Amino acid sequence: MAEIIQEEGGKKKGKKRPKKHSTHIDMTPMVDLMTLLLTFFMLTTAFSKPKTMEIVLPEKDQKENKKEDKENQIPKWRAVNIILDENDKIYYYTGLMEKPPYPELIETDFSKDGIRKYLLKRNKTLYQKIDSLNVAALKSKKPIPPDTLAKQIRELKKEDKVGPIVLIKATDKVKYRNMVDIIDEMAICNIARYAIVDINPQELKMLEEYKKKNSETAKK
Amino acid sequence: MAKVKMAVRSPRIDMTPMVDTFTLLLTFFMMTTTFRPQEAVQVDTPSSISEKTAPEKNVITVYISKDNKVFFNIDEGTDTSLHIRAKVLQGVSEQLRVPFTKEQISKFERLASFGMPIKDLPKWIDAEDQKVRDELQTGIPIDSADNQLAMWILFARKANPNAEASIKGDAGADFKVVKRVLDILQDYKINRFNLTTNLEKVEVKLEDIK
Repeated sequence: MAEIIQEEGGKKKGKKRPKKHSTHIDMTPMVDLMTLLLTFFMLTTAFSKPKTMEIVLPEKDQKENKKEDKENQIPKWRAVNIILDENDKIYYYTGLMEKPPYPELIETDFSKDGIRKYLLKRNKTLYQKIDSLNVAALKSKKPIPPDTLAKQIRELKKEDKVGPIVLIKATDKVKYRNMVDIIDEMAICNIARYAIVDINPQELKMLEEYKKKNSETAKK
Repeated sequence: MAKVKMAVRSPRIDMTPMVDTFTLLLTFFMMTTTFRPQEAVQVDTPSSISEKTAPEKNVITVYISKDNKVFFNIDEGTDTSLHIRAKVLQGVSEQLRVPFTKEQISKFERLASFGMPIKDLPKWIDAEDQKVRDELQTGIPIDSADNQLAMWILFARKANPNAEASIKGDAGADFKVVKRVLDILQDYKINRFNLTTNLEKVEVKLEDIK
């Protein structure tokens, strides 16, 4: 890359002109320095900025909760309970654990055909509404600002009266990854209402019974 | 045959276009660069489809490492003259009766995330070596008998009421610990959390539902 500044020879004939100075500047040191800096910045830049998932938990205040309890009563047919367990297992049941006969647990996993399929099936109407809204936004000639779109989606979620209300519960051995995955699953399926709640003893008991039964059948 | 005389060419290469591109790239990288903040632990965050970028200023960050250690960090906010970190440290040190010298406080302002019981904090601040520092990181106690994380959060909220809570948990951390941290945060009326994640793309086909 180095430049060799040559004396311009071969022009000795003719008039003697004032010596022409080369207008070239030796740029090598500059290029060197720039390459160095460029490499430094390229390596230190953190390109993928961390993303964040916002969750809002219900307030803990118990006095308020009691008042709202009646309004917030979940209709039985809308409630979907998801229990996370170790080794990436999910158990779910619909309805509420109030009195016997208790609803049955169904085992599933985090795969595409697992919990997502079920949630999408339950949330079909809302999902289709939001999906058509998104498609319309993509196809429309005038670009719709993302804020308006988000607002419209929020409205749709608020109006929704048939979609499931998901209660997420976890046993003690669950990894954080599973929790994020399941909240993510809510976002993927456009679930309007979901909450993270503590697991109750009845559910733990049922889970144990379910596992026991399963291991027995496996032995046979 | 007569010899074809090759014209003697100067070995000069015109470097101007190269320099041009370099300058352009350099400027671009210099403008866009945000330095990776130094973190006490390597946290491997789980992935989600969320596309919201994490806030950079005014955040209370709680790290949860793979081995369930809890780390804490609060940034200086947009106005460094407020000395938020110094205020937090002073508040906590008064509350838990662990004295700090002025030098230690000013040094603490320049440091980042930490995770150890408060009695080890002076040692960590004074440590010269990164190795010594890493050894001291044993996690902030969060059990109800000695809930130091709550103290940090309390004074962080006092010093910077605008701060948002952000939780950066390792994918392999126990949810039990995360839940405990969430509970502590909720005790101080923080109900909105940012869970830091990596971006991942998921496609759902409508045909699947039909």
